[in-house]
Amino acid sequence: MHVTTLAAATATGGNLGKIGTLLLGIAVFAAVFIGILLIASLFKGHLGEKIQAVAFVGPTVVLIAVGLIYPAILTIRRAFYSGKFFDLNFGTPRTRGKYVGFENFQALWTTPGLPAVFRNTLFWVILVPLLATGLGLLYAILIDRAKGEAVAKALIFLPMAISMVGATLIWKFVYYFVGDPTGSQVGLINAFLTTIGMKPIDFLGNAPGNTFAMIVIMVWIQAGFAMTVLSAAIKAIPDEIIEAANMDGVKGLQMFRFITLPSIRSSVIVVLTTIAIATLKAFDIVQASSGGKLGDSVLANEFYNRSFVTQQPGLGAAIAIVIFLLVSPIIVFNVIQMRKDA
Amino acid sequence: MALNSSRRAAAVLTGIVAVSLSAAACGGGSSSDTASGGADSKDTTDYTKWCDLKSELTGKTVTIYTSIVTPEDAPHKASYKEFEDCTGITVKYEGDKDFEKNLPQRAQSGNLPDVAFIPQPGLLQTMVDTGKAIPASQSVSDEVDKYFGADWRKYGSVDDVLYAAPLGANVKSYVWYSPKKFAEKGYKVPTTWDELMTLSKKIATDDPAAKPWCAGFGSGTATGWVGTDWVEDVLLRTAGKDTYDQWVSHKIPFNDPKVLEALGKVGAILKDPAMVNGGFGDVASIATTTFQDGGQPILQGKCYLHRQASFYASNWPEGTKVAEDGDVWAFYLPAVDASAKPVLGGGEFVATFRDAPEVKAFAAFLASPDWANAKAKATTNGGWVSANKELDPANLVSPIDQQSAKILQDPAAVFRFDGSDMMPSAVGAGTFWSEMTNWVKGQDDKTTLDNIEKSWPTS
Repeated sequence: MHVTTLAAATATGGNLGKIGTLLLGIAVFAAVFIGILLIASLFKGHLGEKIQAVAFVGPTVVLIAVGLIYPAILTIRRAFYSGKFFDLNFGTPRTRGKYVGFENFQALWTTPGLPAVFRNTLFWVILVPLLATGLGLLYAILIDRAKGEAVAKALIFLPMAISMVGATLIWKFVYYFVGDPTGSQVGLINAFLTTIGMKPIDFLGNAPGNTFAMIVIMVWIQAGFAMTVLSAAIKAIPDEIIEAANMDGVKGLQMFRFITLPSIRSSVIVVLTTIAIATLKAFDIVQASSGGKLGDSVLANEFYNRSFVTQQPGLGAAIAIVIFLLVSPIIVFNVIQMRKDA
Repeated sequence: MALNSSRRAAAVLTGIVAVSLSAAACGGGSSSDTASGGADSKDTTDYTKWCDLKSELTGKTVTIYTSIVTPEDAPHKASYKEFEDCTGITVKYEGDKDFEKNLPQRAQSGNLPDVAFIPQPGLLQTMVDTGKAIPASQSVSDEVDKYFGADWRKYGSVDDVLYAAPLGANVKSYVWYSPKKFAEKGYKVPTTWDELMTLSKKIATDDPAAKPWCAGFGSGTATGWVGTDWVEDVLLRTAGKDTYDQWVSHKIPFNDPKVLEALGKVGAILKDPAMVNGGFGDVASIATTTFQDGGQPILQGKCYLHRQASFYASNWPEGTKVAEDGDVWAFYLPAVDASAKPVLGGGEFVATFRDAPEVKAFAAFLASPDWANAKAKATTNGGWVSANKELDPANLVSPIDQQSAKILQDPAAVFRFDGSDMMPSAVGAGTFWSEMTNWVKGQDDKTTLDNIEKSWPTS
């Protein structure tokens, strides 16, 4: 909560008075918490334990309810209303939101361009986790206990340290396309293609190809994450198991199929689902590449676009709900797997 | 253990629900209308005499929020100096590239500036809809009548109430070309649409190494706006101002046959591989070429004509002479015949959100010829013009600005504001942009217009 206050205070430009208020707020916040905990610690015995539990969990529950659950409920409600503003009661009577039932959800299918957004999102959510996890796993196995492992890992992990916008800008140079037939190609890939006598390709310009070009960027970023987690999991496999397998004559692919993969199964699932969720929420790459204007938009980008650019907060809320509905099965799957392992 | 993990599961689930949804609901917070009846209570103060109000105004502060950022903000700040000295008011300037998106959010979170320079009548309408905008004072209203005229008054009004006086303006009906190249080839500046098309065809056959036209629709999230300007400019010519007005206000459908005809005329240039896209490649390259790059091939002789607004003057590389006898110059995009002179353009408007004498005095100052001329002198690099009738073109530094000022002040010219800026955001900043992009990438005329018509908000 106070993080937002801080952001707001700095945004308005180093106003000393506001920072003073902020510090005071944080102090009061801390005092109240310490007070609650002190009072709770006074209670002893069975009842005391319960009170302490409430004192510890209570504030978190309250903050989550105010900061997350309440806005979430408002968003769901917002999706069933028209109007120009988020707050239904804001503005003049003419623009106040009216109840429109499922019209905003219907608009998801009837608005020109939006069906393609669903198609693109599907490509992203299926391809990015599979490719990133697959490549990360392959790399982790190949370099495991190899010479110069640390350097090799760092090379793949580095893209993780670059922001998605930065990564997109780098790849825009790689993909750069000069349409003028007499002009020389300065983009890395197209320069290569023309050198070996092939025709240059406009990677980011044409749907649906541009979606795949951007998926490559995301995979490039996420493979490092997958590799790191999976490499750690592989190292955690007890040596005894591997030795036993060796003694039983298990070799190469079989070792991977029957020993390594089952041992790191839970890590693979965590990586897959984490990347899938990150992919559903990622709009930076699309935004920095074309703004989603070349038939390459995804749900998260469209949510932003409808909510803030075209002033259709109802439609924006409906998209947010769709994103949530798409994320939930992944979470549920993840939780079920976590329970199995527990 | 099982109980534990199911609890954890529940917590994780709630967390995810909340995180993925709460972003949509931020910026709520209803606040009651604080504007105290500025319109009803008769304020007879003459704010045009701001210097006389010094005793009342000195020490006060006025905050401005605008989309005009570095380097164009410097002449703006410089142009307030005279006012600040005279009244003792401090003007605080804040520029933001994401102004259009953030201003409505700031209204909803109760963090509005005193004054905002709004570049689109559509956004002004939205801001009036917030209930936070304050109608213009009598002084400003009188100034607008005196110095700007009925058309501009209409663009700054919502439901016939004037809210915002015009600030800067630009002329969009320009075709950039190279005077040197034209002289070399013996081409004459066309004065009718037919002459323009004949010239284009002549260039296409004369110089197979180049193309007559070049264009770029790319502009990040606003990709496609260049295409909307094309359609508007041509519709204004082929169908006339009345049809144009009806189309903008949706009294005739977006896909009216007249619009289809205009789009066809645009297509005769932008979708003909013989006509475009000089220096960039095929027709589809228009979609990915940025508007900043769009006209540059003129300098390399790979393209001859580029339709773009007066503000494109600032996109030429340093050292390019922008003049009638220079490296590049712009001619007026011809009408169907020479009898009419429709002009498409844009501009900003000064909306106010605080009912205070210092804000009213500042708004009155910005609407006055004093400011327009001060700004003209302060804009040493050119690239600015106002529709203020008392603006002396001699005060403008660059020749193209002088020409724009003359066009804006020409009584024979029929000025119309950029239509997409006046349409609801879902169309004007949404489907009109995206469908024009699809159109130039190959979508047919009818589907394009039908799609936009379908997306027009019902309420």
